[in-house]
Amino acid sequence: MISAVRFLAPWVAMAVLFAVAPHVFVSGSALTMMSVMGTMIIFALSYNVLLGQTGLLSFGHAVYYGLGGFVAIHVMNAVIHAKLGVPVVIIPLVGGLAGLGFGFLFGLVSTKKAGIVFSMISLGIGELVSSSSFILRTFFGGEEGITTNRSALAPLFGHKFGPQIEVYYLIAAWCFLSIVAMYALTRTPFGRMCNAVRDNPERVEFVGYSPRVLRMISFCFAAFFAGIAGGLTAINFEIMNSEQLAADQSSLALFMAYIGGVSSFTGPIVGAVIVTFLQITLSDVSSVWQLYFGLMFIGVVLYAPDGVVGWVKLHQQAALRGQLWRLAPSYALVAPAFAAACVGAIMLIELANRQFQLVQSEGSAIRLFGVNLDAATAPPWIVAVLLFGVGVVAIRLLWPRIGDAWGAVNERLHSRDPA
Amino acid sequence: MTVALSLVDVHKSFGATKIIRGVSLDIESGERHAIIGPNGAGKSTLFHLTSGRIRPTSGDVLLHGERITGLQPFEINRRGLSRSFQITNIFPKLSVYENLRCATLWSLGHKYAFWRSIDRLRDVRERSQWLMQQIGLTARRDVPAGVLTYAEQRALEIGVTIGGGADVVMLDEPTAGMNNSETEQAVALIRKVTEGKTLVMVEHDMSVVFNLADRISVLVYGQIIATDTPDRIRENAEVREAYLGQVSQQ
Repeated sequence: MISAVRFLAPWVAMAVLFAVAPHVFVSGSALTMMSVMGTMIIFALSYNVLLGQTGLLSFGHAVYYGLGGFVAIHVMNAVIHAKLGVPVVIIPLVGGLAGLGFGFLFGLVSTKKAGIVFSMISLGIGELVSSSSFILRTFFGGEEGITTNRSALAPLFGHKFGPQIEVYYLIAAWCFLSIVAMYALTRTPFGRMCNAVRDNPERVEFVGYSPRVLRMISFCFAAFFAGIAGGLTAINFEIMNSEQLAADQSSLALFMAYIGGVSSFTGPIVGAVIVTFLQITLSDVSSVWQLYFGLMFIGVVLYAPDGVVGWVKLHQQAALRGQLWRLAPSYALVAPAFAAACVGAIMLIELANRQFQLVQSEGSAIRLFGVNLDAATAPPWIVAVLLFGVGVVAIRLLWPRIGDAWGAVNERLHSRDPA
Repeated sequence: MTVALSLVDVHKSFGATKIIRGVSLDIESGERHAIIGPNGAGKSTLFHLTSGRIRPTSGDVLLHGERITGLQPFEINRRGLSRSFQITNIFPKLSVYENLRCATLWSLGHKYAFWRSIDRLRDVRERSQWLMQQIGLTARRDVPAGVLTYAEQRALEIGVTIGGGADVVMLDEPTAGMNNSETEQAVALIRKVTEGKTLVMVEHDMSVVFNLADRISVLVYGQIIATDTPDRIRENAEVREAYLGQVSQQ
């Protein structure tokens, strides 16, 4: 009974969260953002079926997301054209099946080998499909893409899914189902053998399993869920274009999964939320937001290889054993230095962006952190360089303190472990 | 006596280098058979050829009279031959329990099942727990295999090898790198878990070999120069010259 409650509690909490979110964040832009988050959560999790669970680093996952979306949008248009009684709620499944079909096809080629060979083939297939999108114009719609009208499909219980709030709940429901399904998948004989093939593909062969078959099934599942995400995107935006299956979209899956953390199930969910939020908000604030994004990714890879969730778990462990106070002083020391370095870096990037931009029509005046600056004069640059330089040097000098503090914490943690 | 595993004139060359030069060997059902020989004699290669890791250049390997030459390792494993590795070859990030569980799944018929919860598979749970008890790692159930001590990892290696219930078990230097008391424990463990099975082992420790084996084959430069009981091998002049003599000189 208690174990059942403990097992169900996070799922109920998630369902409630999904249900009440649009009543907490009521603005239209928040609703749009949360809709995108829902699709991206599925996309990132589907990517982690490959990367985190099976150890396959794909550079072409958007192929299945995009093709799923395109097939979904064509099916929607066909349904509208033929006036069939198909409601929009099952369209994501069409996307998923399309993803599965293409996943099976391309999986036959790409899952033969793991490691670098797999990555290279995934890159090749990604380029192949995205370049063919400019050739097969009737299917991919060329530059403009393919559009549809979701509210022209058959209504379900009187809902035509025209209003964004109805689409949000459609996405939330599919997102919930997909999360449950992908979580359940990790708890099956197949799911566990995927972890085994990730850790040691050679030994898997000597306990009776074919690593290739495991990779193939895993690849098909990943493509299926990516296709669902693509189908939902088609419904959400009512348009699909070739960008949706290009390399940028593939790297987005990698970013989301990695920033959230590939070694935990929840990592990609958190990553999808963070990355989508930053994508939408940062692009309003800065025209070079991708640059910050890249820096953040490098930072995570270098200093928090288990992502945000891994980092939080680490501190949670320390907190549970009452050891967080050991870390606090060193963190408090490094924090101002870190902040100074960040502010300096942002100033340098934005000043450079303003001063050396090809389009100079906007002039050299710039407003940063609530202060009006002139990028054509020296003082802002000097301040920026000083902040950045002092910050970086201070971090370097103070960093060993964090290491020492963690050393002390780890000692306590392990000494209490029953050996 | 029926023959469990049979090698028929097996050859293996890497380029121009001949590693295995015509090995024929019958291993009887239920016997404990040790393969000894100097370094570079081809013992590990012979293991690889039998278990499917590499294909022989010519010759045949028969398991229970059935030809398994050139089959994939997983196909051979499914036919009831399981091997361990000289260098520990387990799933480092998975726990002890999960390692053993992986080893049992195929033989219990669960294959690639993605529609069943693994935690509800009673047969898998019971067998994994039994294995854990056999290799003495019950107290280390949830420890990642990568952080176990060396001797524990070697025990787990044996556990993973026997997990699928194979009736022919091949152990590649199971006591390598162990101290005396660890070796003793390992020998007791091997004796216990291979009860009623056919055991083929490569081993350098002569006390282990003479203590455990029913028969011994001596492999020198890719050929078996003698196969006999431990006592007779000890007396064999050719063997003494080729191998045991060298050991005593060290």
